[in-house]
Amino acid sequence: MSESLPRPQRATDLFFAFQGLALQGFGGVLPVAQRELVDRRQWLSQAEFLELLSLGQVLPGPNIVNMALIFGDRCFGWRGALASVAGLMLVPLTIVLALAVLVRQGAGSPVVADALRGMGVVAAGLVLSTAVRLAGVLKDSRLGIGLCVGIAAAIAGAVGGLRWPLVGVLAVVGPLAWLAAWWKIGRRPPGRGD
Amino acid sequence: MHDILFGPVALDAASWWQLFAHFALLSLLAVGGAISTVPDMQRYVVAQRGWLTDAQFSGSVALAQAAPGPNVLFVAVIGFNLGGLVGVLATLSGSLLPSTALALAAGRYGAQRREARALQAFTEGMAPVTIGLLLSTAWVLTEPSRLRWGTWPLMLGTAWFMLRTRCSPLWAIAVGALAGVLGFV
Repeated sequence: MSESLPRPQRATDLFFAFQGLALQGFGGVLPVAQRELVDRRQWLSQAEFLELLSLGQVLPGPNIVNMALIFGDRCFGWRGALASVAGLMLVPLTIVLALAVLVRQGAGSPVVADALRGMGVVAAGLVLSTAVRLAGVLKDSRLGIGLCVGIAAAIAGAVGGLRWPLVGVLAVVGPLAWLAAWWKIGRRPPGRGD
Repeated sequence: MHDILFGPVALDAASWWQLFAHFALLSLLAVGGAISTVPDMQRYVVAQRGWLTDAQFSGSVALAQAAPGPNVLFVAVIGFNLGGLVGVLATLSGSLLPSTALALAAGRYGAQRREARALQAFTEGMAPVTIGLLLSTAWVLTEPSRLRWGTWPLMLGTAWFMLRTRCSPLWAIAVGALAGVLGFV
């Protein structure tokens, strides 16, 4: 991490910073995180943010939690990691559980059930938009577009359509996709320009 | 009070443990974030164990989308609707502990190895896998309303709205709630 950037002074700085950005993030915190950590507080350069993001994405689990964890750990060790993740989760968790209690009290009412069903369809649309946005990166994939579509379709058919257990499906398709990418990367090494 | 603490579904100790263990396993499979394991959570919680209905499950995910904070909190709402605060503990700690431990280890170990071919191959290989899982998630979330005519326009319209405008998803969620109340979906 470069010297010129301002750094958080204490673990509590991390706690409040991540709490603030979590509370601004409806339907995903990642865009807010970039604005806060890079543009406003300047704790990270754009390049450092991208490095954290790609690390957070390669690892399993929630990307933003992984990022907060690794950033906090690099600043203040495990105390920083704990402070970042607690800031990210505590207040939003309280809010969402309070909402869940309210909804449960109205659980008998058909209005609440109808509203939630409609919101579920919108939630599906939000996830779909994430999938479409991610599909943009497949253009540059060295796997080739045909193989990418094949892998995505196989996963969607087995997990979403046939409802096979995820563990088994990933145990077969995961290593195959990894090996195929490994092989293709060897045949077409990344040029500095592409 | 008992309902808030333990939830409406009476679970025995073995079931609590199995719930935690299943979410912990999925935590390690959550390439592309926790939302990509929604299909398997639904398969386990609704189809296999019958702890929640389809409507309760999709409603839990939808509620979390309407609140601020990381998306992974939908896991807490599923836990709460199934087993109260103890359920939250089981699902949320299951979803976070394994991936968190791995991220800490990898963050300390791996930053400088990002150019390694195996790591690049992993990233590129998992991209289409993640997209397949996200498509499955969208499909599973429509389960309670698939036979209603308004479902597909609303879902596709939401995706278009998110891709084409910079507006907050809260607007789409409000429209969804209204469409549900008016009986379109």
